[in-house]
Amino acid sequence: MNAVDVNHLTFSYNNLEAISDITFTLQEGAYLGIAGPNGSGKSTLVKNILGILRPQKGSIALFGTPLSRFHQWEVIGYLPQRIAALDHHFPATVEEIVLMGGVKTSPSKLQEILESLKIAHLRRRLIGELSYGQQQRTMLARALVHWPRLLVFDEPTTALDPETRDIFYSLTRKVNRENHTTIILVTHDTGIIGQYARQLLYLDKKLIFFGTFEEFCRSQDMTGFFGTGSQHLICHQHDGTKEKFI
Amino acid sequence: MAMGDFFHYEFVQRALLAGVLIAAISSLLGVFLVLRRFSLIGDGLAHVTFGSVAVVVLLGISPAHITLAVLPLVIVSSLAILKLTRSRRMHGDAAIGVVSSFGIAAGILLISLSKGYNVDLLSYLFGNILTVTQAELMFSLAVFVLVAAAIIFFYHDLFAITFDEELAQTMGKKTDIINTVLFILTAVAAVLAMKIAGIMLVSSMLILPPLAAMQLPMGFKKTILVSLLFSILSVICGMFLAFGLNLPVGGTIVIINIVLLLSVLGIQKTFTR
Repeated sequence: MNAVDVNHLTFSYNNLEAISDITFTLQEGAYLGIAGPNGSGKSTLVKNILGILRPQKGSIALFGTPLSRFHQWEVIGYLPQRIAALDHHFPATVEEIVLMGGVKTSPSKLQEILESLKIAHLRRRLIGELSYGQQQRTMLARALVHWPRLLVFDEPTTALDPETRDIFYSLTRKVNRENHTTIILVTHDTGIIGQYARQLLYLDKKLIFFGTFEEFCRSQDMTGFFGTGSQHLICHQHDGTKEKFI
Repeated sequence: MAMGDFFHYEFVQRALLAGVLIAAISSLLGVFLVLRRFSLIGDGLAHVTFGSVAVVVLLGISPAHITLAVLPLVIVSSLAILKLTRSRRMHGDAAIGVVSSFGIAAGILLISLSKGYNVDLLSYLFGNILTVTQAELMFSLAVFVLVAAAIIFFYHDLFAITFDEELAQTMGKKTDIINTVLFILTAVAAVLAMKIAGIMLVSSMLILPPLAAMQLPMGFKKTILVSLLFSILSVICGMFLAFGLNLPVGGTIVIINIVLLLSVLGIQKTFTR
């Protein structure tokens, strides 16, 4: 089954096109990395897929249902780039954040998720008291507690130290492989993305490339677009040997 | 007369009850507004209330019905602030500024046109809780029940939207509906708070108890409950002090709220050293 169908999607802010005529299909269980330079429309694409922005042209379907008729939002997990209201004074505990939206889960499942992310001991602490890495793990726990079928990450590792970043990415791969959860990971870090994602979508307002990493590495067009050095860097990272599970 | 003797009078009992209810309404809504950086919406809507009072006075509506008569205009203004913010071309503070300026300017213009009318607009500026009518008390009770019910039934939605509206959208929350309900209730709270604290101090009823509660290291539910407790405490203490020392009620309640906030800040600073 297709998890995501995007057909000829175009979106503009104040008549300025942010993304233009994007078409791709993602099968359930896929791990897609979306990359592109700053301002290339990565977040706009993701926000259209999540229904935060409404497509102006084209259409989107999630799990076979057009977005306008899609109501199973509990199967979608989203980790935004930053949380609008999150400051040191936001009065919410880790447990309140993870169970946000009235999620019904058993205490043992909640404990299991918190332990897997190494934040079980922080469940009664206020979110604003935590380090950025701990906050991101809390937000990941919130996204995972639904047992989602689709997880969307929008540049989730900005400002994380390399070690925490690796742990974070490894966990996404574990969820993808063990739970068959479809993952969309937005990042500007093309060097890292190849280690974890199996497919790549490269965006620069228009779709530059969509396919597997193997296809990307063999593509003469992409050699022409990126240059041999950059293409080699992305492909070198995707050697499949650096698997790190937490 | 002993301080407690005042509370034998029916109109004082009515004022105390109404004060507690209005403070509770304001503090409950205030938690969501302060966290969403709409703290000054009370100020903006108070200015609109001033303009609206001028409109209803000019229309010849009896001063006894002014609280209810201004409600539609204030609700429309509250929704206008929401609409301006949604347009993504204006931040919340700027949208409040636009509506607030319009409210106060319209009020001043209309007052100048209503020179022949014998209405004490100063009583709206500074409030007078002792003039609360039985109908206003019942209306306050109804609004309190409505606000409490809305928070209980939509708690998860309100929490998610307050934490991050976009995230709430991806969880399937009906953010437009919840926002509309929140802004309508805020408009009603602002008009009612005008009765206690006056137009000049409406925002303090919405802001101070939640802010004091937020200084304490607690989760979301506890913050709402402590905010409620602080607001009720300040109204009861404020009214006792005001009657005992012959001070204006609205101002005294607000000063008690400020003292509470400073005390909590002091305690928190002492314990975090």
